[in-house]
Amino acid sequence: MRIHRMILLAAALGLSACVTINIYFPAAAAEKAADKIIDEVWQLKDGAKPPAGAQPKETK
Amino acid sequence: MSILIRRIATVLALSLPLAAVAQGNLEINTPAITSLKGAMQSRHGQLAPYYASGAVGIARDGSIVLRDANAIPLAQRQTATGLVAAENNDRAALYREIARANGHPEWEAEVRSTFGQRWADKAQPGWFVQNAAGQWSQK
Repeated sequence: MRIHRMILLAAALGLSACVTINIYFPAAAAEKAADKIIDEVWQLKDGAKPPAGAQPKETK
Repeated sequence: MSILIRRIATVLALSLPLAAVAQGNLEINTPAITSLKGAMQSRHGQLAPYYASGAVGIARDGSIVLRDANAIPLAQRQTATGLVAAENNDRAALYREIARANGHPEWEAEVRSTFGQRWADKAQPGWFVQNAAGQWSQK
């Protein structure tokens, strides 16, 4: 049973490491935010054709 | 042992939504960001002709650069220089604000480089953009 506890503890530690990783820069979210702001600043939204690399459609 | 595996699986399953939340959206709806965006949007009308003529280019570092002053009539050069400086100030403030609004001021440089990439990607045909090696090319 003690070994089980230790393994559980190790798993918990491993998970907290995962949470720590999420504190690192969220690149995909940043890209989405950048796209949204750039579209507004450059007024690209209406009538602008999406670039070749098909952007995911943003839901409003 | 199977109980243990089940427990670990449960803990893992419970942690998944957390990861999803952390991967969601960045906060970009603060008054500071909105006002910077507005200023940049209204300035864009004045900058657009300079992008089109190649006088001003989209730099890789998330700023803009007066790369060919000769493409601008002498009388307008000072105005153009001022526009570029004002735009770069606002952009720097924007990157700083986004990092701060999300509780991570240390993200500023990464926000900047993400924007640098996206401004270049979204630049219109004919505009000059700088690649990672610092060279200029026309889209």
